[in-house]
Amino acid sequence: MPAPLLDVQHLTVVFDGVRSPVTAVNDLSFEIAAGETLGLVGESGSGKSVTAFSILRLLQPPGRVTSGRVLFEGRDLLSLPEREMRQVRGARISLIFQEPMTALNPVMRVGDQIAEAITVHDRTDRVAAWDRAVELLDAVHIPDARRRLRDYPHQLSGGMRQRVMIAIALACRPALVIADEPTTALDVTIQAQVLDLLRELRARYALALLLITHDFGVIAEMADRVAVMHNGSLVEEGPVRQILRAPVHEYTQRLLAAVPGMRAGGDGGRR
Amino acid sequence: MALLQVRNLVKHFVRRHGLWRPPSVVKAVDDVSFSIEEGEMFGLVGESGSGKSTTGRCILRLIEPTSGDVFFRGENVLQFSRARMRQARRDMQIVFQDPYSSLNPRMRAGDIVEEPLIIHKLGSKAQRRARVAELFTLVGLDENHLMRFPHEFSGGQRQRIGIARALALSPAIVIADEAVSALDVSIQAQVVRLMLELKDRLKLTYLFIAHDLRLVENICDRVAVMYLGKIVEMGNTHSLFSSPRHPYTRALLSAVPVLDPDAPRGRIALDPTSFDARAPLKEIGASHWAAV
Repeated sequence: MPAPLLDVQHLTVVFDGVRSPVTAVNDLSFEIAAGETLGLVGESGSGKSVTAFSILRLLQPPGRVTSGRVLFEGRDLLSLPEREMRQVRGARISLIFQEPMTALNPVMRVGDQIAEAITVHDRTDRVAAWDRAVELLDAVHIPDARRRLRDYPHQLSGGMRQRVMIAIALACRPALVIADEPTTALDVTIQAQVLDLLRELRARYALALLLITHDFGVIAEMADRVAVMHNGSLVEEGPVRQILRAPVHEYTQRLLAAVPGMRAGGDGGRR
Repeated sequence: MALLQVRNLVKHFVRRHGLWRPPSVVKAVDDVSFSIEEGEMFGLVGESGSGKSTTGRCILRLIEPTSGDVFFRGENVLQFSRARMRQARRDMQIVFQDPYSSLNPRMRAGDIVEEPLIIHKLGSKAQRRARVAELFTLVGLDENHLMRFPHEFSGGQRQRIGIARALALSPAIVIADEAVSALDVSIQAQVVRLMLELKDRLKLTYLFIAHDLRLVENICDRVAVMYLGKIVEMGNTHSLFSSPRHPYTRALLSAVPVLDPDAPRGRIALDPTSFDARAPLKEIGASHWAAV
């Protein structure tokens, strides 16, 4: 069996508090194979987003990784020099945030933001970068791409902004995309379009996806495997059908029972 | 007679674009009619900007509607004087989405729940205190929570305070405006269970405004679907969800993620040219209306 693309081993993250440190992620281990989608589910405060930030070394103090390894393409990201880490971050692993309005720069044209993501990593001139940006906007199905690049984020709808975010994430052809609640802020019809788009791009670029969400509907639509987090620990992990239909851990069972429309026994379908 | 009857409700917002350009009109609520029977859980669903929250607020006159009628127990609340309206609100309460911004951060939980009783000059201080304690127990909060401030509570507990405040005056109808949307799924289930319990116990009627279609399907008796300020379809929950007729309802329902990884995914895209946006609602089956 080939080595996994991402191999998180015994990751522990602590936030230093006033009185005592709080363990946000506790001895977490999981793997993602190339081209695979792992759904990381849990409720607020379970440590999902902290995990994503730790993998990319974007964690801000008082948060700090106290132990563990994050092996990506054979290297431990946690011990890379910052200069080498910058070549991984955004290029080999990229991140899609929940809130495209706050993640995009409001005073910069979206074309410049996409071009910036390209030129930070590749030595290309602005014209070539803008041409590539047009390709990317075409890939995320934004019509009239060349004109849209001149828009500012506030001129775009929520769904379009999320498409721009995805275009930026894909700019350097990453192997792994971490999507942190990518559709949570969107209406259900727009969410469906963005999920369809992610599925299409995942197949086209052979992307591995770490999909962080609290929505089991999104999990059922997208994930190959599921890891369930609770209070910073992994409580259950397995293939999506097994987790949705025959969860073993008591917390997973409780969580699924709370999902509206999830029938007992887990047949799930409503039509 | 229906407990609440909304007839031809209209709310237009006028947007001004500066001195030289003519103002434009946003038809947030555009000729909406429905009625809610006593003891019913009536769901109003739609995507952002569909006008569902504006409809809820117009009913309570938190926003003054442009035109239309809102009958509560047969009386038109839109013609009430300010004083009479204030009185009417004893029977019509609202629970908001965001328990962080809808509770005064400088007031203690007990005072927040007591405030409506003071405003409506009900009971002596001792009686009010007893009522607040009773309400706390009713919504599953502890009496030693009375002296705490909102920031000391979790999201689910805060929403319970919001519900306790709404119930303080023993209303007949509660408008729940995305009341559980911001909560985690397990907390959401608890708060929904509480709302259903209180409905039976206090014979409450709910207008449940939400965008979560799976939740609405599970708890509401009847549902109305709003799109661009209009109700495009309305009916018994089962009938509407099992055989949606309006193209928008069909597109909306097909977009809801199915919880079975092996279920066929028949996404229906909305073609705005496939229907007449001005078509009136007509009865297409037993208590099932659609604007087709």
